[in-house]
Amino acid sequence: MTTIAPPAVSVPAATRRPARTPAPLRRKRRKHRLFVLALMAPWLLGFCIFFVYPLMATVWFSFTRYNLLSPPEFIGLRNYTFFFTSDPYGLQSVRNTLWLVIFVVPIRILFALLIAQLVIRIKRGGSVFRTIYYLPALAPPVAATLAFCYLFNPATGPVNQALAKLGIGGQPLWFSDPALAKPTLLILSVWGLGDVMVILLAVLLQVPVEQYEAAQLDGANVLQRFRYVTLPFISPVLWFAAVTGVIQMLQFFTQAAVASSVASGVAPVGGGLGERLGYPDNAMLTFPIWLYSKGFASFQLGYACAMAVMLFAVSLAFTVVLLRKSRVFVYGAEEA
Amino acid sequence: MTQLRIPRLAVGLAALSIITAACTATESNSSEPLPAPTATASGTVTFWHFFTGREAEAIKQVVNDFEASHPGVTVKVSSGQDDEKMRQAIAAGKGPDVGLSYSTDIVGNFCSTGAWRDLQPYIDRDQVDLNQLVPVVRAYTEYQGVRCSMPVLADTYGLYYNKKLLADAGYTAPPKTTSELTEMAKKLTRFKANGDIDVIGFMPNLDYYENSPAHWAPHWDAHWFNDDGKSALATDPAWQEMLTWQKQLVDFYTHQKLTKFSAGKGDEFSAANDFERGKVAMMLDGEWRIAFITADKANIDYGTAPFPAADDKSDLYGGGYVSGNITGISKGAKNPEAGWELIKYLTTDTGAIVKLANGIKNVPTTTEALASPDLEVDDNFRTFLDIFAHPGSATSPSTKAGAEYQNLFGTWLVKWQTGRAGDLTAGLEGVAKQIDDSLALAGP
Repeated sequence: MTTIAPPAVSVPAATRRPARTPAPLRRKRRKHRLFVLALMAPWLLGFCIFFVYPLMATVWFSFTRYNLLSPPEFIGLRNYTFFFTSDPYGLQSVRNTLWLVIFVVPIRILFALLIAQLVIRIKRGGSVFRTIYYLPALAPPVAATLAFCYLFNPATGPVNQALAKLGIGGQPLWFSDPALAKPTLLILSVWGLGDVMVILLAVLLQVPVEQYEAAQLDGANVLQRFRYVTLPFISPVLWFAAVTGVIQMLQFFTQAAVASSVASGVAPVGGGLGERLGYPDNAMLTFPIWLYSKGFASFQLGYACAMAVMLFAVSLAFTVVLLRKSRVFVYGAEEA
Repeated sequence: MTQLRIPRLAVGLAALSIITAACTATESNSSEPLPAPTATASGTVTFWHFFTGREAEAIKQVVNDFEASHPGVTVKVSSGQDDEKMRQAIAAGKGPDVGLSYSTDIVGNFCSTGAWRDLQPYIDRDQVDLNQLVPVVRAYTEYQGVRCSMPVLADTYGLYYNKKLLADAGYTAPPKTTSELTEMAKKLTRFKANGDIDVIGFMPNLDYYENSPAHWAPHWDAHWFNDDGKSALATDPAWQEMLTWQKQLVDFYTHQKLTKFSAGKGDEFSAANDFERGKVAMMLDGEWRIAFITADKANIDYGTAPFPAADDKSDLYGGGYVSGNITGISKGAKNPEAGWELIKYLTTDTGAIVKLANGIKNVPTTTEALASPDLEVDDNFRTFLDIFAHPGSATSPSTKAGAEYQNLFGTWLVKWQTGRAGDLTAGLEGVAKQIDDSLALAGP
């Protein structure tokens, strides 16, 4: 019988056990680590108290029936199954939120880019226009929405009155029409695009002029210069605007809540906000609004926590997918 | 390593549950022994209510009287507090000693969760006679045998009509049946040159001011739940009858015109109210409107009557929806003893009840106060006292999930009014299922 000797295994240098560090050096390193930890302690403490603990608690409560007053009762996955099988407006709130993501994010970026391109070309008084276009972004969302509710009031608003003077009959009902409520929110969002415009303006100013000149010498027209010079240079910022825009839209609450509350016309007597959200016909019922409504109007906190966990997971997935896809759309990202 | 991860995860989850449980609410503390009946209440009581403006001032005056008659007690009043805020504050341990809500819809939720304490030990100890409360009021202030609230005046709903507009159209009396209401509403409506509504006979939209399925239901004898606790929206034909009548009137005006008219309405609780401006000929509203019309110095000649009954249920005429303000002691109240003294004063002291009823024109809830010669009653207010006493009057039921069943129905009704809800029977079956599912999620 022939025995085959096992091959000699050579241990790579990297996996060999390193030589023991001298004790004084170890003590110094430990001291250094403790010093760093001590400096980071306030942040770490805040991070754990205000992020880790609430996140973990939310996950735990999502498996319970909890109304804030009685002790939580473990019910397994029932909150999650209820959302997908029995929640009357859960999926509608998802559709509304997706509508906002699909339409508001790209249209805002498109208009912001258009305005930034126009403003950058103004030779005199450019700063005045920059300020004018940026100002709406400084308006508090509640005040801005209230102003829009006044402007677009179907009966008394200046917009419909102007349409009537122009002889346009059957004026739109805007926030009061289930079919037009979200597009009216889109108009409101586009009006307040100053935040996106200002970062695009900053990056447009950094595009090297020589590249435009070289492209012009090569015979590139305006569109080609935009396609081959401007767009590659500003693509990282466009992508940043898209990622933050998507996250914003997934959390869209204030404007929709105020608009639905005002448009419903129900006086806030003593019941609270929850009963009026989503009007009309749940057209403005976004996912965070439904979550709030379940948690703080119906006091089904366990269920609201399950919705919050789902929102967190979806936001995370959106962000990861967008960042991964950045290689395709962002110039130079692949090399990076 | 993989084998180790599962126990670690389990241990982690268990630890998490212990930590979170330690930070969450515990069972109601209503079982604490009460002080002896001779104990004198003292200290500060925090009192939250929803009233604002003129009505808040009326409450303040009664609270001042309480402080004068209870020298050791100071009441810290916060007005304009809504139910959501109060519930959140109680859960956070920052609730008021005494809360006052505008709606009986919360009774089921507040009693079952312990947000408000069980008042029965106080009632027994102080031998408060609950028989002095009108039966319907006694019923809507408790839930499944737990009395966590007491009534602070009641609200009843009836028809307000503009006498001049009716006279101009040739009418001398308000409608008594829904058919009469339809006919008069059409005749009383005036359109502008462009076709928009200028003055409306009766607004049929169920989200306009006090129009709501709960407030309309008694006039059709429509019931919310079956005996088995399941939603009766699809099984009680009265709902179909009510909504069919309503939709016919909506279609007469068209939803587009009604929505436009509704969008231009004035604030309900101000002089801009459409009825007070003469823009609505007939309207369902609570008895408190009388005080608003007086305070706003509205220039209208108006009358009140019971809301019309369904054509085939004329015996219901004279009744109406009954609800009311309720008050209770919060879980975690710092001074429950003085809080109970305040509640007892507001809900059983005839002088206080009558003063408050005269101040905000609400209906008293005790038999003695109702019969008091000091109660200011004119013809318009008497209508509501009669509705309150009518055997056909009804309220909406309490559930553990509060008014969720009404909110779900109300949301579907917006779709129904726009004509996008499709088949009525299927729609009502759908909402009934939503209500049953929602109540199941809230727990037994």
